[in-house]
Amino acid sequence: MKGLFQGKGWAVLCLLPFALFFIVFQIAPLLWVAVHSVQVDDGWSLSNFTRAFGSKFYRQAMQFSLEISVWSSLLGLLIAVVGSISLSKVDSRLRNFVNAFANMTSNFAGVPLAFAFIILLGFNGAITLVLKQSGLVDGFNLYSKGGLILVYTYFQIPLGVLLLYPALDALREDWRESAALLGASTWRYWWHIGLPVLTPALLGTFVILLANALGAYATVYALTTGNFNVLPIRIAAMVAGDISLDPNMASALAIILVGMMTLVTVVHQWMLRRSYHVAR
Amino acid sequence: MPAERTAHALYHRTVVWVLFLILLLPLAGTLLYSLATSWSATILPSGLTLKWYLALWSETRFLQAFGRSLFVCVGALVLATVLILPLLFVINYHFPRLDALMNVLILLPFAVPPVVSAVGLLQLYGSGPLAMVGTPWILMGCYFTVALPFMYRAISNNLQAIQLRDLMDAAHLLGASTLQAALLVVLPNLRKGLLVALLLSFSFLFGEFVFANLLVGTQYETLQVYLNNMRNSTGHINSALVISYFFFVLVLTWLATFLNKGKH
Repeated sequence: MKGLFQGKGWAVLCLLPFALFFIVFQIAPLLWVAVHSVQVDDGWSLSNFTRAFGSKFYRQAMQFSLEISVWSSLLGLLIAVVGSISLSKVDSRLRNFVNAFANMTSNFAGVPLAFAFIILLGFNGAITLVLKQSGLVDGFNLYSKGGLILVYTYFQIPLGVLLLYPALDALREDWRESAALLGASTWRYWWHIGLPVLTPALLGTFVILLANALGAYATVYALTTGNFNVLPIRIAAMVAGDISLDPNMASALAIILVGMMTLVTVVHQWMLRRSYHVAR
Repeated sequence: MPAERTAHALYHRTVVWVLFLILLLPLAGTLLYSLATSWSATILPSGLTLKWYLALWSETRFLQAFGRSLFVCVGALVLATVLILPLLFVINYHFPRLDALMNVLILLPFAVPPVVSAVGLLQLYGSGPLAMVGTPWILMGCYFTVALPFMYRAISNNLQAIQLRDLMDAAHLLGASTLQAALLVVLPNLRKGLLVALLLSFSFLFGEFVFANLLVGTQYETLQVYLNNMRNSTGHINSALVISYFFFVLVLTWLATFLNKGKH
């Protein structure tokens, strides 16, 4: 019997609602941004981009975005690597506990995270005051580039651990034992065997962390009330601010931001293909 | 080399504990601050109290924001389920080739930061036939896209694990229509995996700030926007808010892990 629901027509109909919502909330806004980035009041033009790259202010936003993202991703990755390696070596109770905790803290980002850091490391934060009293520092500015790198690094660590830890399975214990038998020190083992094997996973994690930091808005907005010059803040200020609304310019900066991420991803793919150790 | 073994073990344990402490420190500090009567210029607070939590949980604006966040997140997840389940069923059963396309499409919400989407959304739906800016409905739509990559992958993995085609064939053989088989045979088999995916999605949607602040702001104040708007009030209440929020998310993720374990 061929019922009504047997035909493929119904199957296609099932795809429609999804397609509709996906277009309205994902594709259409992206297309709007792409089209308007190359528009000015009197027609098509690339002048939004020339203005963006010509202006010191916007160039600074790009530079700060990149600096904060690259440093926080590197530091986060470093801590995640060292942590993950040790995680794979401790007993399973401690490992499961810390893994679960990292899982939970990966949700601790954005506004709540910014508030926690303000309370601890703001101008009158508990840790800042202790450090000041002990004479170690004369004051720590959380609202500076260094402060932002610190906060970003914090939210990169759990993500890095979650992404890297499973990849460590690729390292087999007998490789280490063979290397040790042949007289290799721990350092030589890591330099010649461990790191090269892990390279694809490290690169992949780095790219995700970088994209995560480049697009981050909530943390820096909550921390500096939108006064720190990074790309997401600039973009948002030009569409939702009280002054100087310029959606076309915002679109151009948005495309630059997406372009940076795409560039990173393309470089990553290229390096992966060149990588000797990648499984074929 | 037992001595060297112990040294190695000690090193690894130390590193793991340091990692744990790094992750714990901001949370522990906030927790302590939320319980402190006052805390300034000393290593530890001068006294402990629950009054900040009482003040917070009797604040109408907070309770309203909490309720709004719940409403938006639950609405978004219902929408996501209603849209993604039939899609995945149809793809797996009728058009397996579409899966490759979908795997590219679901990267978009990852690759395009919310702040970029928000630019287009504000202009497209600020006025005109689809004027939704400032309402919870636009948030539900956006949160559907945020949850999409995760939900799609989670449900897809589940569908592959249950051998959809065999199940459907068996149901057909016993006289069920495709719709009956999908609703009465396949859906119950997906229930647990779906629930885990929903709980985890909820826990990250609940913390969403960018869309909420840019598209809706104070016109429909959700929890994260409320927290941001309270920046000038006392830090103790804010800490109580952060801890309450985190505790809520913690219970959800714990529940998801627990359910996930029971599955195997």
